[in-house]
Amino acid sequence: MKTLTEEKLNVVNTSVEKVDGKALVRGKPVFTDDFDIPNTLTVKILRSPYAHAIIKSIDTSNAMIEGVVCILTYKDVPHVIYTRAGQGYPEPSPYDTFVLDKKVRYVGDGVAIIAAETESIAKRSMKLIKVEYEVLPSILDYEHAMDKDAPIIHDELEISGAYDPKRNIAAHYEMEIGNVEEELKQCDYVVDETYYTPNQSHAMMEPHGAISYFDPNGRLTIITSTQVPFHARRIIKRIFGVNSRVIKPRIGGGFGGKQALHVEPYVVAVTLKTGRPAKCIYSREETMTASNTRHAMRFRARAGAMKDGTLRALELWGLSNTGAYGEHALTVFMVGGSKTLPLYNKVKAVKFGGDVVYSNTEPAGAFRGYGAPQGMFPLDSVLDELAHKIGMDPIEFKLKNSIREGETSPIFKIMGEGREGVDQIINSCKIEECAINGSKEFRWYEKRKQPRIDRQRQIAHGYGVAFAMQGSSIPAIDMGSATIKMNDDGTFNLLVGATDLGTGSDTILAQIIAEVLNTTVEKIIVYSSDTDMTPFDKGAYASSTTYVSGNAAKKAAEKMKREILNAASEIMNKPIHTLELDKDGVISEDGATLSFSDLQTKLFYTFNQRQLEVTESFVSEVAPPPYLVSFVEVEIDLNSGKVKVIDFLNYIDCGVPINPVLARGQVEGASAQGIGMALFEDHVMDKSGRLITNDFFTYKIPARGDIGRIQVRFAKSYEPTGPFGAKSVSEIGLDTPGPAIANAIFDAIGIRIRRLPISSETLFFEIRKKGL
Amino acid sequence: MRVKIKINDKDQFIETDPGEMLLETLRKLDYKGVKHACSTASCGACSVQLDGKPVLSCTTFTAAVDGHEVKTIEGFSDENSLSDVQKALIDEGGSQCGFCIPGLVVTTEALLSENPDPTQQEVIDYLKGNLCRCTGYESQTRAILKAAKERRSK
Repeated sequence: MKTLTEEKLNVVNTSVEKVDGKALVRGKPVFTDDFDIPNTLTVKILRSPYAHAIIKSIDTSNAMIEGVVCILTYKDVPHVIYTRAGQGYPEPSPYDTFVLDKKVRYVGDGVAIIAAETESIAKRSMKLIKVEYEVLPSILDYEHAMDKDAPIIHDELEISGAYDPKRNIAAHYEMEIGNVEEELKQCDYVVDETYYTPNQSHAMMEPHGAISYFDPNGRLTIITSTQVPFHARRIIKRIFGVNSRVIKPRIGGGFGGKQALHVEPYVVAVTLKTGRPAKCIYSREETMTASNTRHAMRFRARAGAMKDGTLRALELWGLSNTGAYGEHALTVFMVGGSKTLPLYNKVKAVKFGGDVVYSNTEPAGAFRGYGAPQGMFPLDSVLDELAHKIGMDPIEFKLKNSIREGETSPIFKIMGEGREGVDQIINSCKIEECAINGSKEFRWYEKRKQPRIDRQRQIAHGYGVAFAMQGSSIPAIDMGSATIKMNDDGTFNLLVGATDLGTGSDTILAQIIAEVLNTTVEKIIVYSSDTDMTPFDKGAYASSTTYVSGNAAKKAAEKMKREILNAASEIMNKPIHTLELDKDGVISEDGATLSFSDLQTKLFYTFNQRQLEVTESFVSEVAPPPYLVSFVEVEIDLNSGKVKVIDFLNYIDCGVPINPVLARGQVEGASAQGIGMALFEDHVMDKSGRLITNDFFTYKIPARGDIGRIQVRFAKSYEPTGPFGAKSVSEIGLDTPGPAIANAIFDAIGIRIRRLPISSETLFFEIRKKGL
Repeated sequence: MRVKIKINDKDQFIETDPGEMLLETLRKLDYKGVKHACSTASCGACSVQLDGKPVLSCTTFTAAVDGHEVKTIEGFSDENSLSDVQKALIDEGGSQCGFCIPGLVVTTEALLSENPDPTQQEVIDYLKGNLCRCTGYESQTRAILKAAKERRSK
């Protein structure tokens, strides 16, 4: 696959093989749990059965059976408050978490850490720990978190950075441009509705896990399945006061779930206490119930337009559930507006705001899309409703009011990552191509002329469309860097802090380097995400790796190119301007050549001896959004309410895809997760606050056959600030399935569902009510 | 108790507890390609072949496998070459994080030995028990159909 750029490129925009591909398909031992370090203790966590309680006493005496090495309670671990969120420092998330606390705030909160010689001993010991709880009233429904008589979840004195913990408000935000109230009064048509998006489990196939040990020189080393190795190191230092080395091996999926510290503090506590290696691998149940979930949100959306389809005012006013702790509370909520509303930049007034509240449920955190799917469901739905009210085709209506190249939105400056953002002019935006070409390929207009309901078979077909944008990185905050070292065998080592969690970032960074250095990906040996060996990178989040780490890699490669040409000029005794890089070496105007291998060999042993090595860093000043228009055809069984996705077509502008096959995979995968969120993924609790949806039986992620056909088309686009024209691609695909499917259901049977997931049961009763 | 299992064509005598699951036994013996992802027989990551049929090793007692033949992902390629299924998975982008891939390869091999010319629907039906959270399955289906076609033409 290669067609999208006019630049003459050899390696970039080509679907080279993933650099870790062979190891992964062979099942090589590359994941955290695959590492066996001699003498390792197995660590298990005793968890709270209550949603909200004070620990009156813990008696571990009976639990210290043979083979148990230590049991740690809140009395045995540092009483340091922190946030588990893996964000840049200082974090915009409140400090409201201890490794273990006297108070537990959700079913699954940590109570004690057990370290034993074997897993079965640890499990037996866990059952023998006697804990006496004083059970407190709890908040299981976040819509009641701010009620007058609601219990206070975070009454600890040490809390900082939370907006109003006495009222269970972790974060609050509001902004308004123009006057929405006044503008709505002027509108011919107004829609004012409330929409809900659910909790969603990341359900990455590899559960959370970490190992810690002292290396032979006494350096604390942590092997962990994380998206944020450098932030993990910094936070471990904050909690325990120790320096450490964090190594990220291969990661079995993250999707934001691993942009937080889950397991690391537990194993480090054990290693510091016992001096021994400690390993803790979460069970599926722990991964589902005691890590992170997508923030469930409620938004009241108001939108007003004129008869001719001019959109005049937009408002999203929300409530977000951060659960027991405030990880990513403010920032995820803000993205619900900052990466959705600028798409419709022609409005005269726009307003966004609301509260993020604590409740006694699993803590929410980062999850692919990071608030944009929660914001885009109400926004795109309300616009679809408005288009119907006006009597306009939704594509025409959305396109008429959406942003174009050369334009801007004041929201870019006003709303950033928990603070002010940055101004930016949109350099690349092919949303028209996405909408127009996409509608042709989908046969939108033809399909919408067909009858929707088939009485004979009791099925209905419907067609929906949704528009989305995202960002590329957190500008002016997040930094990535890359080191390139030249070897005497003609290869280069690329050392990056960037964190490949299955996305293929190691591969695309190698492609960027190979392109600049006129070599092939096989000659680029990548080592990534080892805090002692690789330069800093913020980690894998905010759709930033291709853009930020990619730009850092490109800068480093360009510097390496200059170093090579300098050295070659000296060795070949020719002016530098007569030299160019050619395949795996340097060539002069007169045809003389010097291979990379010969060049570095000479520099090692015989000529002006030195190692060629460069490091460059990159911080972006802007966050160019990718754009996406998705078209969906659904089939509804009118007897059961079951919705089947028949076809899901994505037309995306992600700039130049560095590796088209990997880029396509990002969009396909995100669509599938979005379809899951739209149709069946949800958290169900019992009355005590225990999650019933705690494994793959009870929590349904899309299986083969549940998702119909997903297709991806790339718009021809070039982002001038991106590496070789690239923007981000990984998150945006999750923004459209929710609204597109809800819009398609409305198109089919005239029933508007404003709460995800749209289960068969929900739709069945609506169909009944309507008498279809 | 002591059991004899042929693993990837090699006879092994293994000490095991009666309650031990094959997943645990295999991982202890360093067949780390067998993945532990759910423990409830719902995801397929721990799939191995037992006498040529795909089974979930997380819910198969090691003791029950005494005298039988087990094949893990490690048995489907060597250091020098990949199987056509593995190669196609890489080429089509069917392996992102890679955690579900060993189970998928093992199950796909069973499918293709039963049915060398599967339709797209047959691929989907046979592999329904192999969950993947990264790919949305499209690339994997493409890869498997491609590998099957190549294998038939040989």
